[in-house]
Amino acid sequence: MDQEDIDDVGHKYHLELVLEDVLDKDSTVNCTAEVLYHLANKSIAPDVQFTIEGELKNTDEADNIFYNRIKSLEKELVAANIPDSHGNVSPEMEPIHLLAWVASGYVIWQNSTENTKFQLAQIKHVKQVKRSDEYLQFDYMILLHEMVSQEIIPWQMTVLWHPQHGVQITQDSRQPKHASE
Amino acid sequence: MISYKVLIPDVQELVDQSMPRERSSHRQVPEGYVYTQYHPMEEIYQWMTQIQKSNSELVTQHYLGKTIENRTMYYLQISQPSDKTKKIIWMDCGIHAREWISPAFCQWFVKEILQNYKSDPKISRFLQNLDLYVLPVLNIDGYIYSWEKDRLWRKNRSPHMNGTCYGTDLNRNFNSSWGSIGVSYNCSSEIFCGSGPESEPETRAVAQFIERKKSDILCYLTIHSYGQYILTPYGSTTKPPSNSEELMHVAEEAAAALMGKYGTSYKVGSTSLILYSNSGSSRDWAHMIGIPFSYTFELRDKGTHGFVLPPDQIQPTCEETTLAVTTIIDYVDQKYFPAGAVMLTSSSLGLSLCLIVVLTWTIS
Repeated sequence: MDQEDIDDVGHKYHLELVLEDVLDKDSTVNCTAEVLYHLANKSIAPDVQFTIEGELKNTDEADNIFYNRIKSLEKELVAANIPDSHGNVSPEMEPIHLLAWVASGYVIWQNSTENTKFQLAQIKHVKQVKRSDEYLQFDYMILLHEMVSQEIIPWQMTVLWHPQHGVQITQDSRQPKHASE
Repeated sequence: MISYKVLIPDVQELVDQSMPRERSSHRQVPEGYVYTQYHPMEEIYQWMTQIQKSNSELVTQHYLGKTIENRTMYYLQISQPSDKTKKIIWMDCGIHAREWISPAFCQWFVKEILQNYKSDPKISRFLQNLDLYVLPVLNIDGYIYSWEKDRLWRKNRSPHMNGTCYGTDLNRNFNSSWGSIGVSYNCSSEIFCGSGPESEPETRAVAQFIERKKSDILCYLTIHSYGQYILTPYGSTTKPPSNSEELMHVAEEAAAALMGKYGTSYKVGSTSLILYSNSGSSRDWAHMIGIPFSYTFELRDKGTHGFVLPPDQIQPTCEETTLAVTTIIDYVDQKYFPAGAVMLTSSSLGLSLCLIVVLTWTIS
């Protein structure tokens, strides 16, 4: 990694990193990225440009199974505390957990500065919202851990997903500290 | 040729099975305790009592102090009977409530030592010179709160502002550049440093004990999660400690030993340089009062599961960490008790003085 200061614009970092598949630690992909943190306005998310060298694993089959399973539910899915206190995630909640990881990545990117380090700590609760279109919608309350302040921040996010169209976060908002209780 | 048929292939096995389960006299750990799960405080208290009972020749449980909610803090002393003067290795776990893997490690570590001290030459060698003091859960009130109310609770449970907010970050409460950097004075913050240095009873219990024993303590280890780091002093300044090179060298050896087990990669370095600045940490304090080898371990993982590390990672995490910790203890042992060297104890000194007197008298 190296860093350059760009006058009146901000700090730019050149990164070389390795992406690791959460489900398969041996499956890795090299990646290069440029990240620009803006000086002037701290509420603007950093600019990220990246290149992936190689292919990410194809997940079509698992995506379709999950999609069809949720679509066929008679009642909308509702769940809480994923993982549970001991770190367990039931197999049927695993895709819900993975989707929260991906979606929280967007929230983390949008809210990161040079002095923060966020991680998804836990899904406090999640509920599916019925839609008339082909998307699946999940309203999540997640808990983010910020390393420097050590705070646990509840964050509400609305996530749309479709196996062919990917993930969209249509709305997200930081909640007061005790909102999740 | 006489034809025959084997009716009982192994009589000894049958005999053994029919006998009441008389364990070998070196049975070290309580039966049935599952080290690959997280345990609530009540079970850890029972485990401590049990481990002392079934290892009375080696382990004793001692009172350390009281928490703010008046629970008793105990540490375990692992000490081989000997008339030699020994030095001390201190290790505490669970200063932060939500870091559940940390108390799990302290328990695993004690079990490993007790199971292997006779067969593992490294352990049996350092136990001749060193006593191990292990505090399995430092922040007991917080740990219980993380089981019963809020899994991600970090601090202790001291009330502030007339009970409108709770908890001091015990690892910002020690008397080392207290309150200067990487802390908050707001009691609702997760890094609230308390109303003053050692304002919390848990901090005082540990600090007063260590202060009393400091001339004998060679190594202070404090176990946290997560991030996969071995951190050296200081957090409160980027200025390196006087023995920084040696501290780094030993930590790197520990990280290499750890990696040898499952390939887990740990970063080694000074807290303020590779993690963040903080003041009032127990690690900084221990080094500042003169304990030469002072380290913070941040166990698995690097954030994927964070504090809520799945139970199937308890065993590998504890195994690899045990290797790192024993590497450090081994180094300290070799440094202060080099092989072959004979410690001149007061009794042997007294004896030689007597001999000199006798010899002198005979000659004259």
